[in-house]
Amino acid sequence: MTPRFAPGDPVTVHDRHPPGHVRTPYYIRGKAGVIERVCGAFGNPESLAYGGSGRPLRPLYRVRFRQDAVWPRYDGPTADTVDIEIFEHWLDAGGHERPTTDREEAR
Amino acid sequence: MIGVGKEKEATMRGVHDIGGLPDGPIPRDQHAVTLSEKRIDALMTLLSDNKRRLLRVDEMRRAIESLGAEAYDTLGYYERWLAAITAIMVEKGVLTNAEIEARVAVVKARLEAEA
Repeated sequence: MTPRFAPGDPVTVHDRHPPGHVRTPYYIRGKAGVIERVCGAFGNPESLAYGGSGRPLRPLYRVRFRQDAVWPRYDGPTADTVDIEIFEHWLDAGGHERPTTDREEAR
Repeated sequence: MIGVGKEKEATMRGVHDIGGLPDGPIPRDQHAVTLSEKRIDALMTLLSDNKRRLLRVDEMRRAIESLGAEAYDTLGYYERWLAAITAIMVEKGVLTNAEIEARVAVVKARLEAEA
């Protein structure tokens, strides 16, 4: 399976909350980051978790996020980042990193 | 999460998915691995090996995440494993709840007799 994204591409994580087993942490949904690397293609855990075949394989990426774009009132260095491995079907192309807004902070 | 109440949010966020939530310090005390913990670990290894293929890590995770908040928060690490292994074995028809209960009764009686 040809990966849709390449290192350096900006992406935004889907802000969706399906029931059941998923591998996308709650705190990163809706956040924008940049593809750091393509990890390869792997069985889809959302299928494997329920006895499915996991096919077709899904491209998995390591996505890099700015810490101050992820956490409210992040007081570490602005260069700090967090890398998270995310499957392609949880990513949209584009989006820009921005500091967490007050409104989001309230949640 | 605009317009979504706390209660709704709690149902959308898995009980295990706690990244970023406030909490106390991480307990760092360790205990020696007990015999029952080793046995649970062995069960997991044997059920998921290439010969049997009755269990996958993805299924384990899904079952552990489905334990419910109360069980998830009160059970120990390997107790969660055992609850998940049990649920999956019943789900797949490898064992029935009745068979498990019958076996537990036998073992319990034996242990009580030994005590």
